[in-house]
Amino acid sequence: MTINGTEVSSDVEPRTLLVHFIREQASLKGTNIGCDSSSCGACTIHLNGESVKSCTVLAAQADGQEVTTIEGLADGETLHPMQEAFRECHALQCGYCTPGMVMAAISLLDEVPNPTELEVREGLEGNLCRCTGYHNIVKAVLQASGSQS
Amino acid sequence: MIPAIFDYQRAESKDHAISLISEHGDDAKVLAGGHSLIPLMKYRLAAPAVVIDVGRVEELSYVREEGDFLAIGALTRHREIETNELVLTNSGLLAAATKQVGDPQVRHRGTIGGALAHGDPASDIPSAALALRASFIVQSSSGEREITSDDFFTGFLETALEPDELLTEIRVPKMPDATWSFQKFNRRAQDWAIVGASVLVSENQCGVGLVNMDSRPVRATALEQATINGASAEEASELASEGLEPPSDLNASAEYRSHLARVLTKRGLEESGK
Repeated sequence: MTINGTEVSSDVEPRTLLVHFIREQASLKGTNIGCDSSSCGACTIHLNGESVKSCTVLAAQADGQEVTTIEGLADGETLHPMQEAFRECHALQCGYCTPGMVMAAISLLDEVPNPTELEVREGLEGNLCRCTGYHNIVKAVLQASGSQS
Repeated sequence: MIPAIFDYQRAESKDHAISLISEHGDDAKVLAGGHSLIPLMKYRLAAPAVVIDVGRVEELSYVREEGDFLAIGALTRHREIETNELVLTNSGLLAAATKQVGDPQVRHRGTIGGALAHGDPASDIPSAALALRASFIVQSSSGEREITSDDFFTGFLETALEPDELLTEIRVPKMPDATWSFQKFNRRAQDWAIVGASVLVSENQCGVGLVNMDSRPVRATALEQATINGASAEEASELASEGLEPPSDLNASAEYRSHLARVLTKRGLEESGK
């Protein structure tokens, strides 16, 4: 499969989960494993451009497909606008949910470019944060969308 | 959590999928979006010897108008259904119920056929299929047959699908003029429904499918008949759990589920103009 534009190839057992392939075979540790049961969203990545929970996808299902992880967003030293908005709005505390939250937020804006606050909150319902109370995360997504004056 | 060891087979076409299923039969499970099957395999509640991945069989992903019904390919993903113009126009209830499944990431992967073939009484989509009187096309190497939604769900996680059959298409009667409501009661965003209700009302018809009110997805037939006979929403909703055996678990007792079914169907009927 292609991960962040780079071809990654490895023979793995059919039962290997995509999140393990990303972390172990591709050595990209930015994608976190949280609940490991498709609830918390910490492992959210993009599969062919759409947000998915990589703990609930087999690596074999992503064979030959395009995967993007949190490491694939920045252009050198220049952060992706969503990463920049998270930094500016202080949209994280411990940071564990952040990679998944950023990936889910980018996918949300791809589908709803100018969301309302409610649409942001509903659009991120698959991602849990146990620190921030979500306020600054929602603020960051609105800022990145340009919906906030 | 990692699934038990299995052999992975990828179907390249519908016919290839049917021949793989025919070859492996009871030893195999069909993998579509994987958002019901993979969690079960991770918890080791399912341990199929063979997993047949139909996820790339693009010919099973479509929404088409065919006369008086919509034909929906079994592999159509939830995200497509909740945003599809034909579905929104002709079957708003199905779009609304689909939009309540899981969360956006889950709906990017999960498929209508997968959700139905899983036969889970806690799932939202079977309730809409029952209310809409949808039917299912299933195919095997010996041909194809149509199963009504009433005959499809036979028990807890059990359906009328034979081991060598693949669910290929869902047929949903077009009802652009029907009024409808989808009601779901849960404690937190993204949770499964404790109880849910799909309510559909048209000129001479009433369809009510319930979530988590029996060991399989069911209709509230007594309530439907009362509504057709002219009962008010309040009167009809009193019959919501008649003849049903809702489960008792950590989330709710059977009595509380019956109470919720009355409240949710009353709201649903009222929202549908009854």
